[in-house]
Amino acid sequence: MNAVPPAAPGPGAVPAPPAPPAPAAPRARPAPLPTGKRIPKPASRSLVRSIYLVEIAKGLFTTARHLVRNVFHQSRMPTLAYPEIRRRLGERFRGRHRLMKREDGTPKCVACMCCETACPADCISILAGEHPDPAIEKFPVRFDLNIMRCVFCGLCVEACPVDAIRMDTGKYELAAERRDLLIYDLDTLLNR
Amino acid sequence: MTDLLIIAGRAVLSWAFVVGLVPLLIWFERKGSAFIQDRTGPNRAAILGVRLGGIVHNFADVLKLMTKEQITPATVNRVFYNAAPMVGMTVSLLTIAVVPLADTLVLGARAIPLQVTTINAGILYLLAITSFSVYSIILAGWASNNKFAFLGGLRASAQMISYELSMGLAIVGILMAFGTLDLNEIARAQGGRLLGVLPRWGVFLQPVGFLLFLIAAFAETNRNPFDLPEGESEIIGYHVEYSSMKFALFFMAEYANMIVSAAITATLFFGGWQVPYLSTADLIRHAGTLVPVSFGVLAAAALGGIVLSRRYARMLRRLYTDARAREADVYGAALALLLLVSASGLLFVRELPSWGPPAFAALAQFGALLAKVLFFTFLFVWVRWTLPRFRYDQLMNLGWKGMIPIALANIVVTAVVLLVVGGGR
Repeated sequence: MNAVPPAAPGPGAVPAPPAPPAPAAPRARPAPLPTGKRIPKPASRSLVRSIYLVEIAKGLFTTARHLVRNVFHQSRMPTLAYPEIRRRLGERFRGRHRLMKREDGTPKCVACMCCETACPADCISILAGEHPDPAIEKFPVRFDLNIMRCVFCGLCVEACPVDAIRMDTGKYELAAERRDLLIYDLDTLLNR
Repeated sequence: MTDLLIIAGRAVLSWAFVVGLVPLLIWFERKGSAFIQDRTGPNRAAILGVRLGGIVHNFADVLKLMTKEQITPATVNRVFYNAAPMVGMTVSLLTIAVVPLADTLVLGARAIPLQVTTINAGILYLLAITSFSVYSIILAGWASNNKFAFLGGLRASAQMISYELSMGLAIVGILMAFGTLDLNEIARAQGGRLLGVLPRWGVFLQPVGFLLFLIAAFAETNRNPFDLPEGESEIIGYHVEYSSMKFALFFMAEYANMIVSAAITATLFFGGWQVPYLSTADLIRHAGTLVPVSFGVLAAAALGGIVLSRRYARMLRRLYTDARAREADVYGAALALLLLVSASGLLFVRELPSWGPPAFAALAQFGALLAKVLFFTFLFVWVRWTLPRFRYDQLMNLGWKGMIPIALANIVVTAVVLLVVGGGR
């Protein structure tokens, strides 16, 4: 309902008739663009192009070139036979996380919540406990990382003040058959 | 009794020609499209490690489609819904009936035409039967009770009827040039030479007619750039509501249509079964020399294949440790068998039995037709992965404002030339 009727002068007034169409302006060439440049006429208007056959032949030639090249140089194709052959990962590739350990095997993490705070996807949740060693203060009782939410941005690694979390495992095949297997606990992150 | 057997044999031969080529064509399509787009294509499915370059995927697909659940939506019109895929496949198999696979085979007193039926109005039969193929699509589109399927059916009806006209008109030029409706006669008439060098093929007599026919054939088979009825990126097409083997039947019908179209194009414009420069009589007369020559060529090809397969085997052993590593050895063994057979043929076949020369001629001609058909089916695939789809108005403009006037002009020009030159019959 975008046609708002004009304010009626009184009850029972007939709605105003639609405005008469604007007088037909003589068809002029569209004004040139503000820059003064004219858009060139498309080249496809030429006869040879509008018959298409030459263009089709050119296109067929292009695809045939690809076909022949790929048939005779299959090894040069970018596709890899994936499960058997893998692409070499970059040195700084961010894969699945792992938690680092101290020399005595306990987690290096001090449960400072920096990674949890830094995480934009909110995938880390830490439950802190008091560490028996007064020099350490806290340790993670639970450290759950929901890999289904993780966006692999690496901000947790940057945020960690004690280098306890890293993403250098190079693991990227993270599928599992159940969802709860994709919420990694402390043990998974430390040892697997 | 023998007559009946021969008739049955002819029917089976034509049927097997189409149905046997369908998997090969699907392989063409998948592997060809992959290579055109710089991909590798299917290369996993294997029987004991033998992958045949991906052909084995077809068998896997058939198994999958056969065992899938057939879902029939509750609101379809059951009779037409079930009839549509059958009509499609039946029609495309019926069309091959008049296409000669080789010249009439004369064995002693018996003449065996190598086509299912030898009606003298072969082209009319072709046009009549191919018109039916639109029913399959319209029925599927309408009976599915689905708006997208219906759109596909609508598009198909308008498109196929428009392009049938220019197809018929394009054929008229050929009819005038050769003066017959019998496809075997047309193929035979393309025997001699033109200007001393070119084979007297229809394409050299009717170049415009050939182009028009080819374009119309693309439209009739609903192949890209004319695949609006399917239009899988916009409407899924007339077969949205089909599943399992009924869906597969539509696809088989499409490929069968491509094969038949290729065979007809070859027959009308590329000499059909004619081996270039060698007529049937030539083939029979020189069979004594041609048979050893072809055995020699076969042996050389097998030898070359063995060398290549050894190279392939080295590559495979570098890549794989499972059964696939030995894949090339299987090919090598098959090629070695071929080499053995052809070499012994070359060495031991001294004189041919009486049925030898005609049989050899028929075989050579069938090979020639097969090569032409394979080229044109490949062209279908090649064009599909090169050109984008037409818009609907472009399609109609091309059909009605472009092709039909050109086809009519072609008829007039052909008539005038025939009148002046006095060719034709």
